[in-house]
Amino acid sequence: MIDLDATDRAMLRALSKDATLSAGALGRRLGLSQPAAWRRIRRMRDAGVFRGHRLDLDEGALGFGVTVFLGVKLAAKGRASLVDFERAVQAIPEVQTVEHILGMYDYRLRVVARDISDFERVLRRRIMALPGVGSVDANVLLSEERRPGPL
Amino acid sequence: MLDDTDRRILRQYQATPEAPFAELAERCGVTATTLARRIERMREAGIVRGVRGVIDWSALGYSVEVSLRVTLDKSAPRSFEEFLEAAREVPEVLEIQTFLGQVDVRMSIIARDLAHYQSLYREKLLALPHMTDLEALMHVARLKSDETLPL
Repeated sequence: MIDLDATDRAMLRALSKDATLSAGALGRRLGLSQPAAWRRIRRMRDAGVFRGHRLDLDEGALGFGVTVFLGVKLAAKGRASLVDFERAVQAIPEVQTVEHILGMYDYRLRVVARDISDFERVLRRRIMALPGVGSVDANVLLSEERRPGPL
Repeated sequence: MLDDTDRRILRQYQATPEAPFAELAERCGVTATTLARRIERMREAGIVRGVRGVIDWSALGYSVEVSLRVTLDKSAPRSFEEFLEAAREVPEVLEIQTFLGQVDVRMSIIARDLAHYQSLYREKLLALPHMTDLEALMHVARLKSDETLPL
């Protein structure tokens, strides 16, 4: 685990909003020289603080009008096919995230679709056809905000 | 409107947002100038919102991730607004989503460990207004998280 000071935190906040910022630009913002800023970024990168980059696109403008969160429970006799299920679900292009969770169901999936009928197609042809799938509950996303987190 | 080249660029760009434009251009079969011009145009149109740095909270010492599903008291006139305003004040809340379905709101929450989660839960989360039902799901593993669109 890495310890961060106030300057590191400010850098992380800035980079989580815009990962393309150069060390020079970040340094100017925070009153650091380019090499000093670069060393800090390097140190955080080496500690694995960044999981990666994400291209933030306007889904609606690209024709994806519907996002649905699915809670999937595996069928009792499907337990053995956990690996098959996990492999198959990750290969579905409309499935954006797959999380394994503990609670009232087994997996949470984030699914994008063009509209409700497109979602129905994905649900019936892809999700319900997955090996070992039991019950599925669906919640349609209305709004979403991402917070900066405890920085 | 987007043409096939734009879509090809977006597909490559979202697969590796950190790749240099020269490399992206080569993969898309266009010149670097064309690529930069088209991305700039999509940025101006608001289709490309930016490249975000994704933080790995476990590297910062947050090892627990919980999904909290909340049902709100819809008889109170401003229950959603007041709940969301209060939830934004909790730094450990990373995501807030509102839904059409059995669940009204879902929050993604991180904590340093279970003891930290317990104190967060008692002192901050249970104090959020207008909740009628609350359900916690413990996050075990993230199997897919690229959040790409099937373009």
